[in-house]
Amino acid sequence: MIDAFDQIFVLLKHWALGWPFWPESLKPMLSVFLSIVPIMLVFALLFGITTVVERKAIGRIQNRYGPNRVGLPFTDVRLFGFGQFIADGIKALTKEDIVPRAADRVVHFLAPIALIVPVFLAYSVLPYGKNMAPIDMDTGVLFFFAVGAATELSVFMAGWSSRNKYSLLGAMRAIAQMISYEVPLIISTITVVMMVGSLSTVKIVEAQAEYSGQLPHWHVFTPWGLAGFILFLIAAMAESNRSPFDLPEGESEIVAGYFIEYSGFKFALFFLAEYLGMFAISGLAITLFLGGWTAPLAFLSWLPSWLWFFAKLLALISLFIWVRGTVPRLRMDQLMNFAWKFMLPMALINIAAAGLWFFLPAGFDRWAVCSAMLIVPYVLLGRGLMGGKLFTKRTYRYAE
Amino acid sequence: MLGEGIIKGLAETARNFVGSYVDKERLVTVQYPEERLPAKEAARNFPFLVFDGHDPHAGLRCVACQICEKECPPQCIYIEKSMDKKPDYVGKPQFYPKIFDIDISVCMSCQICVEVCPFEAIKMDTEFELSHTDRFAGLLFDKHQLAKSNEYYQKIHPNEAAEVDGHLAAEKAKAEVKAKADADAKARIAAAKTTTPPAAKPTPAPTS
Repeated sequence: MIDAFDQIFVLLKHWALGWPFWPESLKPMLSVFLSIVPIMLVFALLFGITTVVERKAIGRIQNRYGPNRVGLPFTDVRLFGFGQFIADGIKALTKEDIVPRAADRVVHFLAPIALIVPVFLAYSVLPYGKNMAPIDMDTGVLFFFAVGAATELSVFMAGWSSRNKYSLLGAMRAIAQMISYEVPLIISTITVVMMVGSLSTVKIVEAQAEYSGQLPHWHVFTPWGLAGFILFLIAAMAESNRSPFDLPEGESEIVAGYFIEYSGFKFALFFLAEYLGMFAISGLAITLFLGGWTAPLAFLSWLPSWLWFFAKLLALISLFIWVRGTVPRLRMDQLMNFAWKFMLPMALINIAAAGLWFFLPAGFDRWAVCSAMLIVPYVLLGRGLMGGKLFTKRTYRYAE
Repeated sequence: MLGEGIIKGLAETARNFVGSYVDKERLVTVQYPEERLPAKEAARNFPFLVFDGHDPHAGLRCVACQICEKECPPQCIYIEKSMDKKPDYVGKPQFYPKIFDIDISVCMSCQICVEVCPFEAIKMDTEFELSHTDRFAGLLFDKHQLAKSNEYYQKIHPNEAAEVDGHLAAEKAKAEVKAKADADAKARIAAAKTTTPPAAKPTPAPTS
């Protein structure tokens, strides 16, 4: 019974495929279709809900209410404002689609599509539950990063084709940021690949699906895993253009960055792709470091695996929102310094730590050595990054 | 150490987040259509015409002197004077406005009309929910829409209205005293006329 509940979506798909009236030749197509449509629907819905939750949470952080008005139309039912995303969607759909006269119309039109397609492709290798990876690819992680890197093309298409200096500046910032942070992102992932010995996302989760006592063998519970997870998370924030790394769309200096000349549904697509990218990269972080669909404690394993995946996903989304509500935007030079002078060396040291962890015998010594290997450079690099400056309360010479 | 500040910041925002659910004092937002702040004494937006008593026509203080119309910087007031006269608050016959229109889409809420009015007839309103689907006729207020009772004025601007009422009462008292004095004088003259006609009218002596 519990197993059936765990596998409910897999069983449903098999049941739907087993209907006798499907012609045999269409079945592979249908199988793909039945995998894709629920993913698109679930994550599009999650996107809608996240936009509202994010606005509400940031409102609460600033002691405001956030959106709490829009509920069911023509009634007084307000649903705590959770009708907002539907209203926003309708608005985006019905808005005028403006293309600048000087813009390259074809590229301008293709840019949002070139963004949304790779973002959705990235979802194809994530294991959402036991036996629930749409494609169990041997090179799943590599595939994920390959399609993830393809989004940079669309960002530059959008920025270049708009013929707007702010748009171009935003695109150049975005490219610089994405390329810089892709390096630590991938290097922090390499540790996991080294340990598991496979690029397959399914195998990576299976490697973490053991328990010693009640505690799971998640990678995040090792020194290299924790460091890797934090590095991955920071790089993921930068990759998905989330605050504090939202320079590409820095409202105060370049209005909206590379999608400044987009309106209506094309803009909504950019917005959607940004959030979907965030969900996808959170999903990969869960897969790599947080044990994928495995339960956090052994006795909780009776709950369905997909539930755990989505619980972890929501937790990570909340963390992203929390950070967005806390940290102000970085400056461009701070962003670059952080990527190349801190993230990259730390990620490289992390690889060495992971290697040492692999070869040392299990025990306290291994923990101590690997932790020291990461903490000492962290402190030293941090001190170097701050340049020996002591940040205190700012004093003004004249205005007192 | 690097990252310390971020942890501190995260703790601060978490405290605010949780606090906003626990402590109602933190949420300063007034949820407008359902809740509203009490009106401020000094608030003002568009002018209205004050009338005394219960009849907006009979009690209207405006005497159609058209000073406000002339002084209005954006010229949003239009007045047409009446042909006949009606008694004002002291009982003196005065003209009244046949038409008094204010285009509130033009009005800039400068209060100059209020400053120049010698009859305390035009005052500033605090009503602000005036949006309308017709942006021309819906925002052109006529005499009937503009006329509001003195009680309303006392409600929205209590201090100012008390001052005005005191001022008007003094005027009225003075006018009454004067009227009485006039009446007395008239009566005296009349009495003198009736009692001393022979003395007042000396009979011509037959001097021929």
